[in-house]
Amino acid sequence: MVTALNNAIDLLLKEDENVVVLGEDVGKDGGVFRVTDGLQAKYGDNRVIDTPLAESAIIGTSIGMALGGLKPIAEIQFAGFMYLGFGQIINHCSRYRTRTRGTRSLNMVIRTPVGGGIRALEHHSENPEALYAHANGLIVVEPSNPYDAKGLMISAMHMNDPVIFLEPTKLYRLFKQEVQDGMYEVEIGKANVVKEGSKLSIITYGTMTRIVEDVVSKKNVDAEIVDLRTISPLDEKTIIDSAKKTGRVMIVHEASASFGVGAEISARIAEKAIFELQAPILRVASPSIPVPCPGYEDYYLPNAKKISNAIDKILSV
Amino acid sequence: MLKEAYSGSIKYMQILDEEGNVDQSIPLDDIDNEKIIRMYKLMVFARAVDSKVLSLQRQGRMATYGPCIGEEATQIGAAIAMNPNDIFVPNFRQHALYLARGMPLENFLLYWKGYEEGNIPAAKINGMPVIVPVGTQMQHAVGLAFAQKQRKTGNAVVAYVGDGGTSEGDFYEAMNFAGVMKVPVILIIENNGWAISVPRSRQSAAETLAQKAIAAGIPGVQVDGNDVFAVYKAVSEAIRNSKDGAFVIECITYRMSMHTTSDDPTKYRSEADVNEWKARDPILRLRKYLSKHGLWNDDMESKMNEEYAKLIDAAVEKEEAFKPDPRSMFNSVYSFIPQVLQEEMDDAEANNYWR
Ligand SMILES: Cc1ncc(C[n+]2csc(CCOP(=O)(O)OP(=O)(O)O)c2C)c(N)n1
Ligand SMILES: [Mg+2]
Repeated sequence: MVTALNNAIDLLLKEDENVVVLGEDVGKDGGVFRVTDGLQAKYGDNRVIDTPLAESAIIGTSIGMALGGLKPIAEIQFAGFMYLGFGQIINHCSRYRTRTRGTRSLNMVIRTPVGGGIRALEHHSENPEALYAHANGLIVVEPSNPYDAKGLMISAMHMNDPVIFLEPTKLYRLFKQEVQDGMYEVEIGKANVVKEGSKLSIITYGTMTRIVEDVVSKKNVDAEIVDLRTISPLDEKTIIDSAKKTGRVMIVHEASASFGVGAEISARIAEKAIFELQAPILRVASPSIPVPCPGYEDYYLPNAKKISNAIDKILSV
Repeated sequence: MLKEAYSGSIKYMQILDEEGNVDQSIPLDDIDNEKIIRMYKLMVFARAVDSKVLSLQRQGRMATYGPCIGEEATQIGAAIAMNPNDIFVPNFRQHALYLARGMPLENFLLYWKGYEEGNIPAAKINGMPVIVPVGTQMQHAVGLAFAQKQRKTGNAVVAYVGDGGTSEGDFYEAMNFAGVMKVPVILIIENNGWAISVPRSRQSAAETLAQKAIAAGIPGVQVDGNDVFAVYKAVSEAIRNSKDGAFVIECITYRMSMHTTSDDPTKYRSEADVNEWKARDPILRLRKYLSKHGLWNDDMESKMNEEYAKLIDAAVEKEEAFKPDPRSMFNSVYSFIPQVLQEEMDDAEANNYWR
């Protein structure tokens, strides 16, 4: 996924000289995960900018750059540090367009690594997607594979809206996938039915998509797997269609359960398809506690067993 | 009319030079031989711990770790200057400070293996836990200092931030509050030249980081952070005067090793750069001083090293015997256990999700 993202950003920098990349350690170091590796050498330090250590300024300055006609791709080193720029995101990113009734829009992307599974220190394994989705006015995407990562990044930059681009650290180097050369887009706002099925719908995204696929194939259940890809705005149609088709819905995400994306999805299904359900909706997620230090990570993250148990439970109703 | 509205300057202090010679023009105050030996031993101990943790990390027995190799004087000078009741607020690289203040080594190791339990004894040594979001702790320090003033404890607060951390809004805001509130806080900038791959020169266009204090209306000074005497002197003076308000001390030191075990410094800095700083090593220069004054010899050195090796091995053994209890993740979130958490905990336990 690192290579796919690097390639997408490379193509975007080449395509439009207004595209700039900025963030902590993105230049010479190529980013702590190497997503921007080699790009400063190729495009210069005015296009790929090592900034001082200040998240609020990275985001606030990106807003200004976008207002000034540039197309910034800002990197926040870890999602856990994006809170230092939260004010800029909520006060400005999400509402500049509506505040000016569409006369000023922000063509920008804020990339940040999310999620656990790599034994990182405190604050390096957060899953804050619900916070950004709840802000309204932001597009929130989270790819589950290299192909989608590249296509979504290109779509995000080609779109005249601020995009929060969440990159699961666990997937950066987990598996290889053929990704086509050149520009292509993956539509934002469109979920992907990864596997069709008739007995059960599992709605998921990010790292959990892989684990769900594994569990479903090992158990050999006739489940439909929906990978959201875009968290906000939600692809309600794909979700409701799948719920109506199978009559059983499970939502799996790595972020904690309480007030999360799963709650939103399950409310939408309850509103629009409750009479077509044969079982209560189930959520599989992390517990409603702060993300622990790495020693406790395995006790915290939803695992295959938890997903498998939930599948048994929902199919037994 | 045109007149000067303000003029300020920042002093730089070095007492002990690279050759272990003392600048006679600066009084050593209460730095006596007993203290000097204590400083030396604590610095060596911190470095021994760092190298042990790095080797454990390579064997997969520790989580990500950022050593403080080369920065020991910046921390030990302050640790010795502080009174036991003074409060310290670290960022994440203040290992020498923690250990000098009496953090049990097994707990220190436990934290860096990835367990919150490691933080527990910090409270007993008047320290705050490791803080990872860079610079954010500086505001806590100001609040802590305000509480000391309000409650008339007479204690000072000593807080650490890196050169990178001084770019965060939180740092400026903390300094500004400290100035306005006139609180007993000493803000130490551990300027080790780097914030991961970003050199100090790219962090701020200001010539010194200490001069940021001027804008907040508080005094600031720059010291040689590899000179434990200078650090000690600056911090003790600041603590002594802390009733009069805040103080900023920029310590010029160098990150001699990687940022953390996940970092590859060869990507962004040259070996020559590092070698230049090896000659300014804070431990080396104190050792030179000790030898010159007949306060230390090879025999004492090897005895000390032996003692430390034993101490460290014993602590590793204790730390490795620790059995994590996943219920602690749930029990410690609130002062009570909400039903939602209780259910999640019971579910995990009953269904054996914890393996
Ligand atoms: C708010 C925040 N942003 C980013 C990071 C990631 N990060 C960890 S350490 C570091 C560099 C810190 O540099 P400095 O303040 O000079 O301290 P040093 O590492 O040199 O001790 C960065 C960018 C973080 N921990 N917190
Ligand atoms: Mg630094």
